[in-house]
Amino acid sequence: MTVESTAARKPRRSSTKRVSAKKPQRSEPELVQLLTPEGERIEHPDYSIDLTPDELLGLYRDMVLTRRFDAEATALQRQGELGLWASLLGQEAAQIGSGRALRDDDYVFPTYREHGVAWCRGVDPTNLLGMFRGVNHGGWDPNTNNFHLYTIVIGSQTLHATGYAMGVAKDGADSAVVAYFGDGASSQGDVAESFTFSAVYNAPVVFFCQNNQWAISEPTERQTRVPLYQRAQGFGFPGVRVDGNDVLACLAVTRDALERARRGEGPTLVEAFTYRMGAHTTSDDPTKYRADEEREAWEAKDPILRLRTYLEKQGLADAAFFEELEAESESLGKRVREAVRAMPDPDQMAIFENVYADGHALVDEERAQFAAYQASFAEEGK
Amino acid sequence: MAVQKLPLAKAINESLRTALDTDPKVLIMGEDVGKLGGVFRVTDGLQKDFGEERVIDTPLAESGIVGTAIGLALRGYRPVVEIQFDGFVFPAYDQIVTQLAKMHARSLGKIKMPVVIRIPYGGGIGAVEHHSESPEALFAHVAGLKIVSPSNSADAYWMMQQAIQSDDPVIFFEPKRRYWDKSEVDTEAIPGPLHKARVVREGADLTLAAYGPMVKVCVEAAAAAAEEGKSVEVVDLRSMSPIDFDTIQTSVEKTRHLVVVHEAPVFYGSGAEIAARITERCFYHLEAPVLRVGGFHAPYPPARLEEEYLPGLDRVLDAVDRSLAY
Repeated sequence: MTVESTAARKPRRSSTKRVSAKKPQRSEPELVQLLTPEGERIEHPDYSIDLTPDELLGLYRDMVLTRRFDAEATALQRQGELGLWASLLGQEAAQIGSGRALRDDDYVFPTYREHGVAWCRGVDPTNLLGMFRGVNHGGWDPNTNNFHLYTIVIGSQTLHATGYAMGVAKDGADSAVVAYFGDGASSQGDVAESFTFSAVYNAPVVFFCQNNQWAISEPTERQTRVPLYQRAQGFGFPGVRVDGNDVLACLAVTRDALERARRGEGPTLVEAFTYRMGAHTTSDDPTKYRADEEREAWEAKDPILRLRTYLEKQGLADAAFFEELEAESESLGKRVREAVRAMPDPDQMAIFENVYADGHALVDEERAQFAAYQASFAEEGK
Repeated sequence: MAVQKLPLAKAINESLRTALDTDPKVLIMGEDVGKLGGVFRVTDGLQKDFGEERVIDTPLAESGIVGTAIGLALRGYRPVVEIQFDGFVFPAYDQIVTQLAKMHARSLGKIKMPVVIRIPYGGGIGAVEHHSESPEALFAHVAGLKIVSPSNSADAYWMMQQAIQSDDPVIFFEPKRRYWDKSEVDTEAIPGPLHKARVVREGADLTLAAYGPMVKVCVEAAAAAAEEGKSVEVVDLRSMSPIDFDTIQTSVEKTRHLVVVHEAPVFYGSGAEIAARITERCFYHLEAPVLRVGGFHAPYPPARLEEEYLPGLDRVLDAVDRSLAY
């Protein structure tokens, strides 16, 4: 059964029209929203969504568990179990909404903050923590869940996503690819080049930009003079701004962009307008550069709260549901905590492993020298 | 065609053709590689025969070329990308060093990066700025990359075959001033290992180690030295990462003198690495310090000065004399 059915979808406006319709430039850009911060379901002329109660509850559960995992990771950093953590607090809707729009055969190229998307892809959360603990640089098999390794250098992965999407098109497959990046990355040359390549080759890629307003200490105004989604127009593909704290809108808009890619209509830029509620990473101190009032204003738009309000108003979730989810959250936190603490340090010889696929004489030589050096201490100890 | 006399550029062309023919996953990418066949015509005729889906004219963006090649490799393709000139590679340096080189290690071996980056390099063709550089050491310093450079047509053919078959990223430096030099290629030969050096001229008194465009100069220097009664051995290194130190060591243990020659600046160049390693390995065999001949610590000069900048026959012979007189 469906909870609500929206009116038949209106024909889509052309991409050019969509973008050029925004004039004058300084007015507040259109924001696709299907669920208001107050938890009211609203309609949008271009995007609709029909979800079963289970699907709605599933989105809620995903967001709650992702936030719980994220909080656990922050705590583990504070306890010295992780060297660093990049929290996604506040961006759950953008990540769960877009992540749940994906098919299994689609492929994701994340930044280092896509813990919610990883969750949707079925990546074990503890896998994400190895690099933050310092036991590896990622290390999961990207092809298991079609979820590439976290990319730390800003924006580089958008080109990998584009190349992968070019390959998908060459294979004649109807999969799509999503490149995640942020407002800071939008200034990177690689992002501009990925826009160019994907447009020129009509690659089936969705550029999902989480504009969380801050690139460490620099506000979005330091990256751009136009709303980011409008950048797409100059490259010849559509851009759309979605309420990044509205999981329904993020799901609908991403689905639409993915379908467009599958139909061979090329890339779409989605700008999810959201907010980084926490610090850039656990090493950052946002009190140095932004006001508390700003954060407070965004707290009122919390992605989880608004869906909860809606679920309660619609009578879709009862106290038992929330209690069970709370218990599940706690057990997830416990599982993650235990898994991280049990994570062994790598063997010292791992330094020399996997530097090359086909081997390299120098690596072999240095490995042997280092092993002999280490062994010399054992000799001395005898 | 088994044995043919081919210009070096044509040998690469034939090698790319063979690769495209035998492996449907091989792609050629780069600026002007399609209809034009590349500014040096190395990819001449390939798009016509294999189509635009496999021989791809790219936007003019080097980082984009390498970055999308990484994505294509992740999808199972084996891209062979061309950087049009040595001095144009730096916009792609980040993708090469930060992404391409490290992908295998950071995935703990789960991802392979069979990407070949072709770079016409070196001077001697009277070109304008940024068209004559030898940046190989800047890449050889990076773990995860393999760096090779052929000096003749047979190597150009076979080393390209092996580079494409490699599951590691290979930077293939093509000695552009040798593109038109003809030598024999046996396309049915059984090639030796990609990263093995080769003694191209035997000698007893001194070893000249070089690669790419400088091998020819060194062979000529050895011939000139022979006229003066000096027996000079020439080792074509072929690979700058890994370097086949064993072959150099064997040679130096015999000749007791080593001069390393390359176009790239001497400072922090591959000659420095070879000098250090061979000194460690052959300390008691050496009768003179390892000498280096190469470019100066100065930007590559305007074309009218490049004959002075490039290590020519006389500068190589000068180093031979200094080493033997030490």
